[in-house]
Amino acid sequence: MTAQVESVPLAAEQAAPAASAPRVPRAPLWQAAPLGLVLLLFFVLPLLATAVVSFWDYTEYSLVPDITLRNYREMFEGCADVSAGGCTTLRTYLSTFRLCAEVALVTVPLGFLVAYFLAFHVRGEGVRMALFLLCTAPFLTSNVIRMVSWIPLLGREGVVNQALLALRVVQQPQDWLLFSEFSVVLAFIHLYTLFVVVPVFNSLMRIDRRLIEAARDAGASAWQTLWHVVIPLAKPGIVIGAIFVIVLVMGDFVTIGVMGGQQIASVGKVIQVQMSYLQFPAAAAQAMVLLALVLLMIAVLTKLVDIRREL
Amino acid sequence: MDETAKIGRRGLLAGTALALAAPAVQAQGAVTLRYVGTAVNQHQGIREKVRQDLGITLDYIPVTSDDVVRRAVTQPNSFDILDSEYWMLKKIVPSGNLVGMDANGIAKVGEITPVFTKGEIGGRKIGLQGTAPSKVMYLPQQNARTFANEPTRWLTLIPTTYNADTLGIRPDRIGRPIESWAELLNPEFKGKASILNIPSIGIMDAAMVVEALGQHKYADKGNMTRAEIDLTMRVLTEAKRAGQFRAFWKDFNESVNLMASGETVIQSMWSPAVTAVRSKGVPCVYQPLKEGYRAWAAGFGLPKTLTGRKLDAAYEFINWFLSGWAGAFLNRQGYYSAVLSTAQANMQAYEWDYWMLGKPAAQDIKAPDGTVMEKAGAVRDGGSYEARMGAVACWNAVMDENDYMVRKWNEFIAA
Repeated sequence: MTAQVESVPLAAEQAAPAASAPRVPRAPLWQAAPLGLVLLLFFVLPLLATAVVSFWDYTEYSLVPDITLRNYREMFEGCADVSAGGCTTLRTYLSTFRLCAEVALVTVPLGFLVAYFLAFHVRGEGVRMALFLLCTAPFLTSNVIRMVSWIPLLGREGVVNQALLALRVVQQPQDWLLFSEFSVVLAFIHLYTLFVVVPVFNSLMRIDRRLIEAARDAGASAWQTLWHVVIPLAKPGIVIGAIFVIVLVMGDFVTIGVMGGQQIASVGKVIQVQMSYLQFPAAAAQAMVLLALVLLMIAVLTKLVDIRREL
Repeated sequence: MDETAKIGRRGLLAGTALALAAPAVQAQGAVTLRYVGTAVNQHQGIREKVRQDLGITLDYIPVTSDDVVRRAVTQPNSFDILDSEYWMLKKIVPSGNLVGMDANGIAKVGEITPVFTKGEIGGRKIGLQGTAPSKVMYLPQQNARTFANEPTRWLTLIPTTYNADTLGIRPDRIGRPIESWAELLNPEFKGKASILNIPSIGIMDAAMVVEALGQHKYADKGNMTRAEIDLTMRVLTEAKRAGQFRAFWKDFNESVNLMASGETVIQSMWSPAVTAVRSKGVPCVYQPLKEGYRAWAAGFGLPKTLTGRKLDAAYEFINWFLSGWAGAFLNRQGYYSAVLSTAQANMQAYEWDYWMLGKPAAQDIKAPDGTVMEKAGAVRDGGSYEARMGAVACWNAVMDENDYMVRKWNEFIAA
């Protein structure tokens, strides 16, 4: 998504000189051209194609070029009728948003804690880098494996349930441990906390240590220093980390599918089902709505912190 | 294939001339056929045997069943042979990407089981609800985009395998006889049931349940009206909200794991998945039910663009497939082959008795790779070929209201 933010000024820069102003130095344009071209080919064009297809009609076996609102209409069918518990689309988005919120509420403080420890409590530079690399170690295996490895642990006859039964904490195996919202959130935390650690760590490392000394000299307690000095300065990292996590959860369907026992709705899953039934226009419309909502959320988050200025 | 290849093949069959024959095949430049299909029929054993017997290399491209349709419709140049299920034809044939196969080029076409050609077995009609193969078996012309109502010279697919699906259960956990599809939604198994999350198949399993519960009698479970879809999904949604389902599964391994780990005790299942659970030492039964089976069938189709030597090779491969070795190979895994006589000739008598006649195994039943699947004395779940295929109630299908059904299924998942 950060790439997308950059692409707008790039495109503007490219368009302007072609039209009239020959005075503009050429070198920066050439330097920006490769990235601009890549973004144009692999980002802007597919996005435009998706937008166009979302207005097409379709049959069982073919796409019909057209301008129809059918896909959008069907998506929001019944949404006005609140008494029936809202329409599918609404419920699906609510379920996805709830997951995003739950995951962000855990990963952000957790990621901050880890980054804080690495940045302020670990003294040696070498040890710090070693520990930081250790954090990335789980990423050496595929995320599907990391996710699936929870299943034998949390299952009805899994390790956790056996331990709980043996310790007589519970009388019956606990079903809510697996194929539930709990297991989905747990897997997400496992998968995505690092995406918060990295940007927050980066922000924390750039804090001038003299500011913290100054705060201490001025009589601030440890909490006050944290709250009034460290967190405000770490805000760009926190927001970037939150954006990473939210965007990843919004578009996910594999983790929600596997850990939720396919019983929990997500927007990504809906799109995947539509794609597999060759309902590309419906999936494209769904993707456009998802994109709009994600952009909206990012706009709100970036309003909280001006990332470009802070960086 | 022309004369040199045939000489090469005889040489191979003679065995001793193997070293001489191989160069003869090589000299032509080996033919490679790109074979798109679900992994069901894509076995290394078949691949090696085809290379030995015909000198043809099969380039397996395993994809999910949804992707088979997507490939056939959107990328018809990306394969030379399509291993498709019959229900997919309702989506693929209108696209005009497949070509009718000439019955005159298929030696055993007259011996294909009447399940496909007439929709009957042993002279008795079987259940034809849904996309029964006999409804989509023939084309009026070679390049037609619609189906013919009676047998013609042009075949859509040459059938390879088919089977009758039912519920898998854990007899050790249930401890009583299970006889009806209605048991899937029995509150006794709350939190321990599962259904497959492939809308077009899942809804038919659900329809079997609804009918077994006596809530509705469908005119055609494979082609419901909107009202029927609504009713079926309402029953499923109520069960889901009540916590009936532990999880839904989407692929073979998920279904095996759910059952083997004790997460579920009753669920929709595929035959080899039951075998896989049993091979882990976990008791599992592919339970015959009084309302009958939901059947499926697959076959080979050829893309319109196939020409020349590749086209000849494709026909040669298909003829080989029906000639017995592959049929026996598939029968030994619990599937059924399209031409029974040739498969029987390639199986031991005790194997035929166990798999096809439903008799107790006279000796240990082994999988193609040699592992013991069933001990001597075991009887196949559901019994003989005629008992199982004769009790088919409906076939995997694409409904006319497919779009609506997919939307309702998404609603059900979100519920």
